[in-house]
Amino acid sequence: MTTLSERILRAPAGEYVDRRVDRAYVHDGTGVLTLETLKALNSGEIAFPNRTYILFDHIIPANNSITAELQHELRDFACSGTLHFSDIGGGICHQLMSEGEALPGEIIVGADSHTCTLGAFGAFATGIGATDMAAIWASGSTWFRVPETIGIWLSGRLCGSSEAKDLALTYVSHLGMDGATYRALEFVGDGSTHLSMDSRLTLCNLAVETGAKTGMFYADSVTRRYLETFGQIITPQEPASSHYEQELGFELDDIVPVIAVPPRVDTVRPASDLCGIPLDQVFVGTCTNGRYEDLSRFASIVKGRKVKIRTIVAPASRMVLENAIRTGILSDIVNAGCTVIPPGCGPCLGAHMGVIGKGETCLSTSNRNFINRMGVGGEIYLSSVSTAAASSLAGEIALPGGDV
Amino acid sequence: MRIEGHAICLPADIDTDLIIAGRYLRTKDRNIWATHVFEDLDPSLARKLKGAIIVAGKNFGCGSSREQAALALKEAGVAGIIAPTFARIFFRNAINNGIPLAEAELPCQSGEQVTIDLSSGMVQSGSCTRNIRPLSPDMLDILAAGGLVEWWRQRR
Repeated sequence: MTTLSERILRAPAGEYVDRRVDRAYVHDGTGVLTLETLKALNSGEIAFPNRTYILFDHIIPANNSITAELQHELRDFACSGTLHFSDIGGGICHQLMSEGEALPGEIIVGADSHTCTLGAFGAFATGIGATDMAAIWASGSTWFRVPETIGIWLSGRLCGSSEAKDLALTYVSHLGMDGATYRALEFVGDGSTHLSMDSRLTLCNLAVETGAKTGMFYADSVTRRYLETFGQIITPQEPASSHYEQELGFELDDIVPVIAVPPRVDTVRPASDLCGIPLDQVFVGTCTNGRYEDLSRFASIVKGRKVKIRTIVAPASRMVLENAIRTGILSDIVNAGCTVIPPGCGPCLGAHMGVIGKGETCLSTSNRNFINRMGVGGEIYLSSVSTAAASSLAGEIALPGGDV
Repeated sequence: MRIEGHAICLPADIDTDLIIAGRYLRTKDRNIWATHVFEDLDPSLARKLKGAIIVAGKNFGCGSSREQAALALKEAGVAGIIAPTFARIFFRNAINNGIPLAEAELPCQSGEQVTIDLSSGMVQSGSCTRNIRPLSPDMLDILAAGGLVEWWRQRR
């Protein structure tokens, strides 16, 4: 039986295919090089503007005059045509694409490695570079090698303070940083059907940290209800008993809060082993954990209390921010002493708004803890939102409530 | 297609942040990328890359999709890269910029002459030869043209 990737790409694993792309997006970081290459290919003509997106999220607002100049050129181009454009403050590209754009069965490419996030909708969504993107903007299609698939079987339900992020870091540690290179991940089994869209997006987001092309869920009633709120009516995908190259299984009830220690995402330890490690900064947000469910969870823990260390919170999109304002959780976060920054990638890639200094340690809800990523000489631990909230209040790594 | 160069040995899991750090991305000046390539791994490496063939451990180029990683290596003069596996976005980016890649596990001795022969599908270092995982015909064409932009122009 065919895997979801084989079904969408319409060919068996291992084959090379040329396929029309349904949606293609860049951000302010990768868009500059994409535009430069597009001009070299065909003087800047986009074949299918209605399937093309330029979404500013990486360094917003611009941090210096060089960035501003590069963004100015890309913004002028974005505004000159009919393509989709989101300026500063709109939100993270993957999040915006998850708000009623990406649909089941589509082929989606993004000039950012975490495009795999959108596999949560049952789409084949994968990251590419700027040159590939320019060729897609010019032609509307590209080549793919149909990936083999690793099946990740989930059973039971997450409980206590454990989150999808804890499961994500756990599966990354099982596969390793290259355990799924050239492959796709499929999350299947009874346990997968209980997970919210926000949780599925978090799980698919970390697929690339195992080297995978994408991580995927079958679109089901959860997907349908979520997309309905954005006015999209979809038909769920019928899961097949697929042939997987490799299979892993996780009992969700057994998942405990975990942390990836610097400088590798696949070096994961129980959070309980790391309690007491002093922190200088906590960062909550990113395409991994900046959604409403994440902010709501964070707010419920810090509400009425004060954080002990500098804590930066970045909503993943304007919609997430608006919802957080409307329900009052943003006030809880601000009143707890946190600094809220504009919807976007924030300090995740070490460019601005929370760069850490030499000798400093940050606990982040993001997806990468590589050497010097958030600042030269700084170290990054990766955790769930609940662990980040508890640690923010303690000023050191601490377990979320109820977990001892 | 046959490429020769002196070996630069690197470990496994070299990520794109290590190839070119995020703080150097926001520019169009490719010389900046070439100057700061591998800075956080070994600041002396940038000067040694002209004409070099990188022989790395598995999963070379993992992490971000930043094409500046491939461009930095190209601008610094890297002639080719050999590794047991590459992260897939970096793999496409390198080919698209005309950097020959060979998937093979080759013992590495720093400075030794290394050969990549894409026509015969072999890599060689001293007396040691290895078969490489074949590239698709399209990828070979793109490399032969010198990159995707040149390949595109030739076809149109």
